[in-house]
Amino acid sequence: MSRQNNILEYLENIVDINPDKVCYANQSEEFTFKQVYDSARAIGTFLHKEGHYKKPVVVFMKKHPTMIITFLGVVYAGDYYVPIDEEMPAHRIEMIFNNLSPEAVICDESTIDIIKTFNYENSVYLYDEIVKTQTDSLVLNEISKRVIDTDPIYIVFTSGSTGVPKGVVACHRSVIDYIESFSDVLEINSDTVFGNQTPLYVDASLKEIYPTLKYGATAYIIPKELFMFPLKLVQFLNEKKINTICWVVPALTMISGLGVFEKEKPEYLHTIAFGSEVFPIKQFLLWRKALPNAKFINLYGPTEATGMSCYYVVDREFSEEDDAIPIGRPFKNTDIILLNDADELAKEGEPGEICIRGTSLTLGYYKDFTRTNEVFVQNPLNDLYPETIYRTGDIGKYNDRGELIFLSRKDHQIKHMGHRIELGEIEAAISRMDGIINTCCIFDDVKKRIILYYTGKSSKADVINYAKGKLPRYMIPNLVEQLDVMPLTTNGKINRVLLKDKYLNRKSQRQ
Amino acid sequence: MESLIEILEELHPEVDFEEHKSLIDDKVLDSFDIITLISEIHEEYDVRVPVDEIIPENFNSAQSLYSLIQRLQDEG
Repeated sequence: MSRQNNILEYLENIVDINPDKVCYANQSEEFTFKQVYDSARAIGTFLHKEGHYKKPVVVFMKKHPTMIITFLGVVYAGDYYVPIDEEMPAHRIEMIFNNLSPEAVICDESTIDIIKTFNYENSVYLYDEIVKTQTDSLVLNEISKRVIDTDPIYIVFTSGSTGVPKGVVACHRSVIDYIESFSDVLEINSDTVFGNQTPLYVDASLKEIYPTLKYGATAYIIPKELFMFPLKLVQFLNEKKINTICWVVPALTMISGLGVFEKEKPEYLHTIAFGSEVFPIKQFLLWRKALPNAKFINLYGPTEATGMSCYYVVDREFSEEDDAIPIGRPFKNTDIILLNDADELAKEGEPGEICIRGTSLTLGYYKDFTRTNEVFVQNPLNDLYPETIYRTGDIGKYNDRGELIFLSRKDHQIKHMGHRIELGEIEAAISRMDGIINTCCIFDDVKKRIILYYTGKSSKADVINYAKGKLPRYMIPNLVEQLDVMPLTTNGKINRVLLKDKYLNRKSQRQ
Repeated sequence: MESLIEILEELHPEVDFEEHKSLIDDKVLDSFDIITLISEIHEEYDVRVPVDEIIPENFNSAQSLYSLIQRLQDEG
């Protein structure tokens, strides 16, 4: 077999072997590999005819199998897809558009009217229309021949501490590298039935999109609403015979924490991968008890290294007295180095910043060399030749067993409901509101709440309404408190420690 | 009912919970809110909401949520 340099080869290979099997589906609609192939190629042909080549193409659609088909269509055209959250407020989308200057946006019926309200004047295409294009195989073959594996295939946007989101650009090669290593660890095969939870606008969804094509598996896109009603969610898993899930921890703890297992168990589930935040041991034990024969895998990795970089297959008993579940060791063809404050290799047991080396590194941030160069840097341990590492800003250490453990963050980045959030982005957004003088966000690690303190004359309700217009849902503070004066440290910075104390005392007063 | 409204208003100060009757259908509440509510209801009213009662109908308004709490308290 020739060497793969294009992610579309997964689809091209499988469509001959298993054309009529279901590839992507949701609660009511199913798309076979042949349908995915034909539709993606039609979209690719269309974009080519419109002259879009090697450009970002925004995909602004509701979470649906056709959104994935559109991604693949964009890659067929030699462009790179930029998925946008359909519920994202206009202000944030405009910031993203300012960064991208996109020539084309692909919508569906549910978003086409929303896009018209934006300050955007280039082409808008409707999925249902462009998918009818007559495929031109000759043209697609020509585009494919010119692809090199360092060409970008997507940009996903992640929170930025200054208030402006950063677009992470990934190429064929890093995605192929990641998917190969990831699929080996999860033992994906043609019997795999995925139940996708993560939004399609984050890199986390790569885990279902590409292994499904590589192995001829099936991926169900689970409706978002089901994640509010855990019993219905488990019933859905059973109805669709879902056996493999890669979910963020809050989605799993919702099931265990609300007592679903006393009523119903996911009967077919045998592989449970989880990530994004630390799995509380108590909740993990409930899962293990409900599914004693299942394989549980902890995953860890930043968007900047394509997807996940480390894994730990749970191979021993954990109790509530134990440390957190390790993040284990790097995937094949990825290396982790821990750097201490002096940029030297951390000694045994010493904490250090988790830095990543390998093909799985993405290309950096789109149109932002300054912020790229801050974190994609020369390996300080290597002064012999150029070698880039990515500095995650996460602090980790090795335990006595030689397994990597995640400890904390260097800065004010948090994980909330599976999303990576810079508290600074929330502060920056709300500070721009008329009537607001000062803001500070803190995070309650235990109850997983974002708390916003502010000074100014605006009411709490007005602050929340304003935030809703500027920030995605998962970044809206869960508790807002108005202050007369913002407490400062002797250096004149906002005193976060004092605010955290204030918050904790407030809770004890209420109880 | 008053303390339930207080709990709800702390989560969403921008919503009029006396009036709003489609908190789920209008996506006012998300999964995070549901989890928080269930834990706060447990603390405040000492009732555990069983998983088969975690359905849209019971969470669409403050009134229906309060009826659920009362029913659970009666069942003891």
